[in-house]
Amino acid sequence: MAAADLPPCPLAGAMSDDSTTAEQAKTDERVKSISTWRLLLGRPELGAVAGTVLIFVFFLASAGDSGMFSAKGMITFLDVAAQVGILAAAASLLMIAGEFDLSIGSMIGFAGIVIAIPAVEWGWPLWTCILLAFAVASVVGLANGVITVKTGLPSFIVTLASLFILRGLTLALTRALTKLTVVSGLGDLAKEDWLATIFTGHLFKDVFRWMGDLGWIQLRTDGAPLAAGVPISIGWWLLLTAVATWILMQTRFGNWIFSAGGDPVAARNVGVPVAYVKVVLFVMASCSATLLATIQVLDAGSADTLRGAAKEFEAIIAVVIGGTLLTGGYGSAIGAAFGALIFGTVQVGIFYTGVDTDWFKVFMGGMVLVAVLFNTYVRRKAANAR
Amino acid sequence: MSPITGDAPHLELDRVTQSFGSVIALNKISFGVRLGEVHCLLGDNGAGKSTLIKILSGVYPPSSGEIRIDGKPAVFGSPRDALDRGIATVFQDLATVPLMSITRNFFMGREKTMWGGPFRRLDWTHMNAVARKELAEMGIDIRDPRQTVGTLSGGERQCLAIARAVHFGAKILILDEPTSALGVHQASVVLRIIARARSRGLGVIFITHNVHHAFPVADRFTLLNRGKSLGTFAKRDVTVGSITEMMAGGKELVDLEAELRSAALN
Repeated sequence: MAAADLPPCPLAGAMSDDSTTAEQAKTDERVKSISTWRLLLGRPELGAVAGTVLIFVFFLASAGDSGMFSAKGMITFLDVAAQVGILAAAASLLMIAGEFDLSIGSMIGFAGIVIAIPAVEWGWPLWTCILLAFAVASVVGLANGVITVKTGLPSFIVTLASLFILRGLTLALTRALTKLTVVSGLGDLAKEDWLATIFTGHLFKDVFRWMGDLGWIQLRTDGAPLAAGVPISIGWWLLLTAVATWILMQTRFGNWIFSAGGDPVAARNVGVPVAYVKVVLFVMASCSATLLATIQVLDAGSADTLRGAAKEFEAIIAVVIGGTLLTGGYGSAIGAAFGALIFGTVQVGIFYTGVDTDWFKVFMGGMVLVAVLFNTYVRRKAANAR
Repeated sequence: MSPITGDAPHLELDRVTQSFGSVIALNKISFGVRLGEVHCLLGDNGAGKSTLIKILSGVYPPSSGEIRIDGKPAVFGSPRDALDRGIATVFQDLATVPLMSITRNFFMGREKTMWGGPFRRLDWTHMNAVARKELAEMGIDIRDPRQTVGTLSGGERQCLAIARAVHFGAKILILDEPTSALGVHQASVVLRIIARARSRGLGVIFITHNVHHAFPVADRFTLLNRGKSLGTFAKRDVTVGSITEMMAGGKELVDLEAELRSAALN
């Protein structure tokens, strides 16, 4: 044990046995080059990026000449990835904060009919229906969040309940009000509505037409390019990923998300509003489901009560492949985007390789297992590198 | 028993009592902590140390009695409340988040931002520099403030939590068993930091069950036994031995020693 009366200048010596204070001041530069590599290794998305490269190499080799990597083919798998990625961006923030939301899949179906029934059955302007859907989603997220933080129950159980409640409500309300399970007739409404325009159609149409004219991409028989442009879902996916990453890396709220998931007690002790953070993230998760529902409903022109089933698991798969820890406190939104990209690429790519698509889920399950093992290994390396 | 003398205490407890149902966890505890002193709270398991920490750090208010800061009554509604009044508590194991970087931990809940409106963002350059500088001043040399706290030793993590409290203007530092989970070398590092915090004019409440850990740096001792205070003593009036004797278990240890000695003789 240290002596009671300490020497007047007991600096650093105790910490590193081989260097003096003067030397330590100079060591910064020498250490930087090592730590860049270690920081890279410590990034949660490393596994997902490596996985994406492997997947692309695999499909380029096995299906490179099948049209999978034509403009049309790429748009197809990116669109599938975007559908998962929109959910995964919000789900990754929630999971980093240490909570789950299993109800987002049901929320997609519910938001769909909240838009479709007033618009088709009651003749409301479409934009009011879209705003109503987001308002309802906020209430659902608020309920999920408040119940979770107030009761201290695992969010797994709370949102499992809302998964069933929302799906049941979707079916019961739709049948009671329309006697059907699919509400259609939204297609024409979407074309005239000002708010609907940001949820439908394609981006960069002119660029695609120009590329078609130059003969870079395939044309239809009428001269228009086969791929009309980038579907708006991909734009939303990238935007949400960017916003989520900005929140995590550059805002106070981001630091609170990490601390709320890493150690809620320690966070609360230094004044982080842990409950508030979690409730906000539940609301964001529900709203991301509603965003996806809006895009799907306007694109299909109809709302199906079964829409979004099992989507919550696809989102969780993407987030986990992206390197986010199931227990919270560690992860990244960029990783989740790569996880979604892997998901979309494999789902569509299997079809191009000629393998029976029934095998897709087997493959995805295996991917999840490999990703978790790899990420656990890398994280242990990173956390203990001294 | 020597009466409390000298400067007026900064933080004062006056007959603080806490009961849970029929159990009286703390019974009329009174003591004061001055700035620039290390005040050791000693007590065995069940003496009421944890309850006292929770009251002092604002987790819950006492059933009766009063806490005073600079002579004025203070009521804490939350840990953040206590923190804002300059009372910082470093909980053993619950002070830092291992998977977050040193900088993120250092500024947890008090992040520094720059720019405004939608562009408002964390000022990483400033925060990294401050975290590095404050730890260096505490005698902890870190390679990179962006490395995770998981890469630090237990002693360094305690030091990080202490450095953070000092940086954000704590006047009274409450340390919950800061050395008990540490080896001798790590513990000595933490004790150095405590002495350094004292020399910077902070009042330190050092809570432990082990007098050997606290004796080297403590200026005064308050002994707790089964929820009651056995009194406050200045260091010059006591020895490790006399304190051990006063604490619950002191007699037991003497008995045990005698027993073992006679067993060895036989």
